[in-house]
Amino acid sequence: MIDVLLITFIITLFYIAIANRMLTYLKVLAFQGVLLFVVVFIQLNEINPVNLALILLETIVFKSVAVPLFMAYVLKRNNITREAEPFLPNFVSLIITTLIVVVTILLANGVKDDHLEKIFFVVALSSLFTGLYFIATRRKIITHVIGYLIIENGVFVLSLAVGNEMPMLVNLGIMLDIFASVLILGIFLNKIGDVFKDVNVDQLSSLKDF
Amino acid sequence: MIGIYLIAAFSIALALFLNRNKIVTFALLGSFLILQGALTFHAFFNFHSTEWSYFTYDSLAILLLGTLFIISIPAVIHSHIYLNDQPAPLESRAIYYGAIVLLLTAISAGYLSNHIAVTWIFTEITTLSASALIYHHRNKLALEGTWKYVFICAISITFVFIGILFLSLSLEHAGSDDLSFKSLIANKARLNPFWLRLSFLFIFTGFTAKLGLVPMFTAGIDAKDKAPAPAGALLSSVLMNLGFVGIFRFYIVVANTPLHHWANLVIGIAAFLSVFVATVYMIKVKNIKRMFAYSGIEHMGLVMLGVAAGGVGYYAAILHIILHALVKSGMFFQFTQLYRVFQNKSIYHVGNYFKYNPAGAMVLLLGFISVTAMPPSGMFVSEFLIFRSLFEAHQFVLLVIVLLLLTMIIWAFGKNILKILFVPPVGFDDSHVPVISAWESSSQFFLFALAVYLGLNPPTEFVQLIKESVMLLPI
Repeated sequence: MIDVLLITFIITLFYIAIANRMLTYLKVLAFQGVLLFVVVFIQLNEINPVNLALILLETIVFKSVAVPLFMAYVLKRNNITREAEPFLPNFVSLIITTLIVVVTILLANGVKDDHLEKIFFVVALSSLFTGLYFIATRRKIITHVIGYLIIENGVFVLSLAVGNEMPMLVNLGIMLDIFASVLILGIFLNKIGDVFKDVNVDQLSSLKDF
Repeated sequence: MIGIYLIAAFSIALALFLNRNKIVTFALLGSFLILQGALTFHAFFNFHSTEWSYFTYDSLAILLLGTLFIISIPAVIHSHIYLNDQPAPLESRAIYYGAIVLLLTAISAGYLSNHIAVTWIFTEITTLSASALIYHHRNKLALEGTWKYVFICAISITFVFIGILFLSLSLEHAGSDDLSFKSLIANKARLNPFWLRLSFLFIFTGFTAKLGLVPMFTAGIDAKDKAPAPAGALLSSVLMNLGFVGIFRFYIVVANTPLHHWANLVIGIAAFLSVFVATVYMIKVKNIKRMFAYSGIEHMGLVMLGVAAGGVGYYAAILHIILHALVKSGMFFQFTQLYRVFQNKSIYHVGNYFKYNPAGAMVLLLGFISVTAMPPSGMFVSEFLIFRSLFEAHQFVLLVIVLLLLTMIIWAFGKNILKILFVPPVGFDDSHVPVISAWESSSQFFLFALAVYLGLNPPTEFVQLIKESVMLLPI
């Protein structure tokens, strides 16, 4: 069951590589949040109520509802165009994402470890690199934030893989996620949209050495 | 004590955020400095004791805490001068002071922590407070700097977290779940090398954002440029030391495993590239603050070269990082006064500084001599030891290339500093130049003199502390 869910997670990565509209990205992020919640529910074998509430808060409330809604609000308020405007065509993006997944699978096959299920490793590393690739090839600042959130989802999967032995690390991961996202999105809410009207990275190049 | 310190310091920071009254602000800042001093002395007198199970007063922490305390006093004084000179709204003043206190607290706690996850948490808090400092001017450029800093730091902090996850996998092979550095060293023989390798890569890359090393150094440069100079002094001295602590404490663990040689290779490559990148930028740069920031990248590269070379390099690295913090913060403190004279930070528009502020010009000249490690600068000793360690490690080609790069840096730095000091600026109207009291430069003279003293004639306790902090490393 977990395998099915995690493979679905990888499919969302492919989907996000070829998607064009900003709202689609947000929907995919929300969907990933729900997937993560179900994975947590199956994976962690003993959860106390406090922990469960925290994880529920993190995955469902934060990842699937609050963040996408907030970003949709930012999109609307700043009249950001709906197209993602990637630097590279979608076909190339798809190929590169596939390559990333294949390479992580090959890498994972080289690992011999009883403590880690390989699929967690594959999913985590592929979303890490897909997120980085996403940040590097999209023009809008808000797509950088989306790329960062994809990385965070990958890290969350990885923290689940070690979560049964060290539950503290899952909580730390949740803390990181909420803290960093609030910081990044907070800057977004307050300022970036107001100061830079159509938010492209080209506008963020005025800090120079001379 | 650490409990009292954290609670009191966080409440002082909170009170500074909320308070708008000048006298109360003075009282709060004064009490914070007293608190910081109390923590430093407490650490000194309770050497090796552990409090709250996550904070240990070990030798490295004591050295860096002392450095932080010495720098924090002029930082507060110069912040006060800066805010008087460039009137900001009461609200941003309050946020500035609160963020300074929060930053110093988080850095101190990060130094003291003996657990990698705790170090990581406090590093996260420094990102928050540093971003408030960078955004002090509330304009477009400051926003750009803040955004880049926050984004890069968020990614690098995620990298460190991934590293910690891999480390926990590695540790599971040793049948333990205690991520403190002590337990890691105790289990050194049973750590799984594959996961340890991945973990080191991620943790190292993550902390380079704070340390200012290739690959993540970029955000720090913009941050030090846009933050007010007294805050920039903290970012380029004590905060960089926090990045060093993060890497160094974990490096001690890795160095005790068979991966020692490989880790040296990784660190060495990153360090050499940092020196190289710093040279390239130093030749081109025309913004004085960014020039200081790039010089910091160069010095961190040298420090990590010393670590990678081993032997006497370990001792030199710790000495160098302390001296660099003292000297570089002095340079940044001086920048506030330079800016008040010329109202500009481009080298094209400043010059003949000796005419307008002789004491400040002396500071810049002495700072230049110190930072480029010319004798009698204290950093001459540490750089010399780093080169000796490279020599002893038989890295002759590397040594020659680094020396060539350093020569270019001295040339570029000297060209710019001498222009600032002696060449009259074109079209500069000096009828409104303010008179600057020489007293404002006294703290910088003190910092430079301390660096010379610690470098040339270090007290025995100081040497003992440095030797003890590298004791666990294999020779």
